[in-house]
Amino acid sequence: MASTERETLLDPLINNNPIALQVLGLCSALAVTTKMETAFVMSLAVVAVTALSNLSISLIRNYIPSSIRIIVQLTIIASLVIVTDQVLKAFVFDISKQLSVFVGLIITNCIIMGRAEAFAMQNPPLPSFIDGVGNGLGYGLVLMLVAFMRELFGSGKVFGFSVLPLVTEGGWYQPNGMMLLAPGAFFLIGIFIWVIRSIRPEQVEEDFHVGALSEPGYEGSVR
Amino acid sequence: MLEHYLSLATKAAFVENMALAFFLGMCSFLAVSKKVETAIGLGAAVVFVLGVTIPLNQLLNENLLKPGSLSWMGLPDVDLAFLTYLVLIGTIAAVVQVVEMTIDRFSPDLYNALGVFLPLIAVNCAILGGALFMVRRDYTFGEAAVFGLGSGVGWALAIVALAAIREKLRYNNIPEPLRGLGITFIVVGLMSIGFMAFSGIQL
Repeated sequence: MASTERETLLDPLINNNPIALQVLGLCSALAVTTKMETAFVMSLAVVAVTALSNLSISLIRNYIPSSIRIIVQLTIIASLVIVTDQVLKAFVFDISKQLSVFVGLIITNCIIMGRAEAFAMQNPPLPSFIDGVGNGLGYGLVLMLVAFMRELFGSGKVFGFSVLPLVTEGGWYQPNGMMLLAPGAFFLIGIFIWVIRSIRPEQVEEDFHVGALSEPGYEGSVR
Repeated sequence: MLEHYLSLATKAAFVENMALAFFLGMCSFLAVSKKVETAIGLGAAVVFVLGVTIPLNQLLNENLLKPGSLSWMGLPDVDLAFLTYLVLIGTIAAVVQVVEMTIDRFSPDLYNALGVFLPLIAVNCAILGGALFMVRRDYTFGEAAVFGLGSGVGWALAIVALAAIREKLRYNNIPEPLRGLGITFIVVGLMSIGFMAFSGIQL
């Protein structure tokens, strides 16, 4: 693999992580992380959709009129999500039930729109595909990390296997129920960002921008 | 009957708050919560769009998408449920566009207040999430309208509260790497604990 392609693939994992640095796609990231199993399936779904949507948008990028490009992108993404949803329903019905509305919400996951708009519209199909895989994996990485912490401390399990024996089952570990509730996820992401930015101080935001959604009427620095 | 609607609205606004319990609309929730003024603008726009699109999507779902719902056309065997996502997001994008143009035409003041936020809303997960919850829970038209307004109000309350806290936070000496996003997440977590106090409330 040529070095630029490797960079395209690996850069979004740590250096330019879509969740930690760009704060994209959180909507669905937090809700599915109470268990590693659901987080894993969700990550796979997002990798597939990001990669394929980048690929297909890049293939037709020269034929999309710029005035209606958002609608075109949205339609492509929605169709891909429908396919993913049907596949999940067919092969892992239980998990698809647990993911409930959050599979559908991949459509409005800002990572996918963001990559389509920022990368696939300007680049040929192969790099776009790789970029999609990379960003999907970056998203999945954070998802799996958060899910690992939440499942381990919330219910003493990893991938559904008991690691810390619970008090209720005759073990010694008193589970921290808050991890399984919404606040636990917020705290974990907050701490995760804290750790990443302590290691890499250059990621501390000077000017707070969230993808393309910069705040209207707001300029200058946060502090 | 009224009791049922009231309890549904409270549940949508507080107990099952879109932003704090279901993590919906997080992107704009974090991005547009630095000033109370802008937060109020976005909050109002979300209430409005949710209040309009959820009942509308309910009608579409009832008469077009649900299995067997095409019987009024003499096609009781057709099942278009797989088109749900496409129809929902299409409706939302179209409604947002129409609303934007209507407001621009008839009330320039309101447009100045809400206009900039409307395009952001088309891709806000809270809107699509609300519609998907409506489909999944099989609400009637009345329930859908109440649910839309209620969850919109809950989301607006949460973002305004967060903006107010963040305005004060600027005067605090927060550790360097935690500034900006990190501390915002921790604050949102604390707010979420606060909102959990509402759980179990029944009217």
